Amino acid sequence: MVMRKITVAIAGNPNSGKTTIFNMLTGARQHVGNYPGVTVEKKEGLCRYKDYEITVVDLPGTYSLTAYSIEEIVARNFIIDEQPDVVVDIVDASNVERNLYLATQLIEMNMPLVLAFNMSDIAKQIGMVFDIEQLSKLLQAPVVPTIGNKAKGKTELLDAIIETAGSDKVQRTYKINYGQEIETELANVENLICAEEGQLAKKYEPRWLAVKLLEQDNDVIAKVKNKKVQDAVTASTEHLKSIFGDEPEIVMADKRYGFISGACQETIKTTVESRHSSSDMIDAVVTNRVLGLPIFLILMYLVFLMTFKLGRYPMEGLELFFDWAGSSIAGLWPLGSESWLRSLLVDGVIAGVGGVIVFLPNILLLFFAIALLEDTGYMARAAFIVDRIMHKIGLHGKSFIPMLIGFGCSVPAIMATRILENRRNRLTTIMVIPLMSCGAKLTIYALIIPAFFTEKWHGPMMWLIYLIGIVLAIICIKLLRLTVFKGETMPFVMELPPYRMPTFKSLCIHMWQRGWMYLRKAGTIILGISILLWVASSYPKPNPESLRDLDREQARQEMLEYSVIGRLGHAIEPVIKPLGFDWKIGTALIGATAAKEVFISQLAIVYAVSSREAGALGSTDAPETTLRDKLQANYTPLTGFCIMLFCLIYAPCVVTVVMTKQETGSWGWALFQFFGLTTLAYVVTFIVYQVGSLIMT
Amino acid sequence: MEQKQTRLLSAVRAGETVKIVSVQAGRGLNSRLASMGLMSKVQITVVNNSHPGPFVISVKGSKMMLGRGMAHKIMVV
Repeated sequence: MVMRKITVAIAGNPNSGKTTIFNMLTGARQHVGNYPGVTVEKKEGLCRYKDYEITVVDLPGTYSLTAYSIEEIVARNFIIDEQPDVVVDIVDASNVERNLYLATQLIEMNMPLVLAFNMSDIAKQIGMVFDIEQLSKLLQAPVVPTIGNKAKGKTELLDAIIETAGSDKVQRTYKINYGQEIETELANVENLICAEEGQLAKKYEPRWLAVKLLEQDNDVIAKVKNKKVQDAVTASTEHLKSIFGDEPEIVMADKRYGFISGACQETIKTTVESRHSSSDMIDAVVTNRVLGLPIFLILMYLVFLMTFKLGRYPMEGLELFFDWAGSSIAGLWPLGSESWLRSLLVDGVIAGVGGVIVFLPNILLLFFAIALLEDTGYMARAAFIVDRIMHKIGLHGKSFIPMLIGFGCSVPAIMATRILENRRNRLTTIMVIPLMSCGAKLTIYALIIPAFFTEKWHGPMMWLIYLIGIVLAIICIKLLRLTVFKGETMPFVMELPPYRMPTFKSLCIHMWQRGWMYLRKAGTIILGISILLWVASSYPKPNPESLRDLDREQARQEMLEYSVIGRLGHAIEPVIKPLGFDWKIGTALIGATAAKEVFISQLAIVYAVSSREAGALGSTDAPETTLRDKLQANYTPLTGFCIMLFCLIYAPCVVTVVMTKQETGSWGWALFQFFGLTTLAYVVTFIVYQVGSLIMT
Repeated sequence: MEQKQTRLLSAVRAGETVKIVSVQAGRGLNSRLASMGLMSKVQITVVNNSHPGPFVISVKGSKMMLGRGMAHKIMVV
């Protein structure tokens, strides 16, 4: 049997339950990525029904299809360029009037449309009765009641989709009437388009083009090259402005609502006014002006705790597993033999794969927590509670969550920026996340601080270095906002969806999507780079003769110094000298781009001490010369501080770089972040060291 | 009947229901607000207006939070 292939795009307002319908149709067969070139999430899934293979695309949630936000442009371009066979508009049945606004625009684009009246159970509960048949007639599109989170209405919806896909494009007879003045201008522009811009008129619905032109939609205006049309549009808009004393687009929006309320009046009976009673009660507590912030902070603390404390156990398990795998593979070779293959497998591949997979528990747990906050409706409140603070910095309230996660690890933090709808906010947040001192950097601080500072100063030093990161992040955000991400900050208008009980299944789907995406996409690249770094730190090998009289530690030191990384360390010494660093620190810094904690083990190698003692926290009283003693003997406290400062700011680790590439959709942003932060680290450390040296002498 | 003064939305107390007279924002914002149902002639109810704290309104059956800045740009009667 030959399957017929069709594409269905799912459109709808934020909070209309779009995702639950998407999950209902596609189950777990989903693919999450980005729209090419933009940081907007694209979800795709497959659904087999009867003899159809249906590709379902979840468009970004939007209220409208204008060209004012990247999400709306993405949704609109997909509908126009990909020409899906059917567009399903998800309508929150308990809030039809506002939700249908998007539908009016889809009708205007003359798309084959199916309307899913979602959460129809809630609508029924609050006393709404629909005349579905009449509504379908008025909107000229089949209307199907659904309950997404209970998977009700699935077959009906699929039947409607197939029927709509199979039928020929209907020329809708019933149009939204914008009133005589506007209609005259519309007809004028429409005729001109058909006459002068034949190509455009073939690709797009001419009436839709005319509507968009009168609305002064930049995207559509740019498409029109013909002078006659341009002039006519300018004349029409001026004329309309003078008649209505308002922008034509506002008048037209008004007419659309008029059309909607006309359609609703005839077909929807409602007995109860509010759909918010229980939500109101929760809100009274959660957004209370006294309790709001403490509740938020406690919840955030729980999210952090869940991600990193609970995640530690499976993480340790995975680490043990990879240790075991490494040593068992190493055991295949006779004791004492040095084989490149063994080293590649153990130090390159297994260490690399391990380095990728140990993050998985964190990512899964974090996204479970985020899904919980989002699906219940709390996220919208949380965003508002911290928005006043975040807004002063120039970010959206929701940015708080990824930034907080950044203190644990940048990798899940960067993935967490997906909760930000606005692209500019998202990019800005991603760029500064590495300035949050992550867990790996903490190990560096834990090594350095006790080496150079007395007990009394341990706490304040740690606090200071974290604070510097935060302050730098705020400065960077301000700078980015003034330069690269210039533009008005999105004024805060946000819908507060009613609180809802999430389903366990949807939470799991959400969590699994992220985890899988991380493994598949990031995993491969990170593994490649890990192997590359392994090669750089192992080759070229020195002459075995020269190692003969050295003990094991000294031999490792000799080998690292001889390798590409060691040579690079030497090469950059003149550059990092003004920061108070020598080639040994340089070598460790280069190696640490693989993962920040590598800094310690690399430093241990160049100082020919066993890295186990060096990494251990309470090892100051160990009988052998530990790395801390070596550091103390070789550097001043100022250099120690500069090491921490530099490690805090400079190039994020490989995994972070790859995540940034992944999430922003371009190497450009990843490299910008990489070199931007390194430059910043250099400048800041330079100033601190030079000024510090002056004061000290 | 309607002899109430036009005032800023931010000055409306919680519990009051008012009608939007005009939205004085830029073109882009104006139409974005319109797509969310906030435009002239629309009835809204102020749900929460506590300082400091969220400014919450109810419009066409949905609750929405506005930034304080936003509330200064909307004239109501």
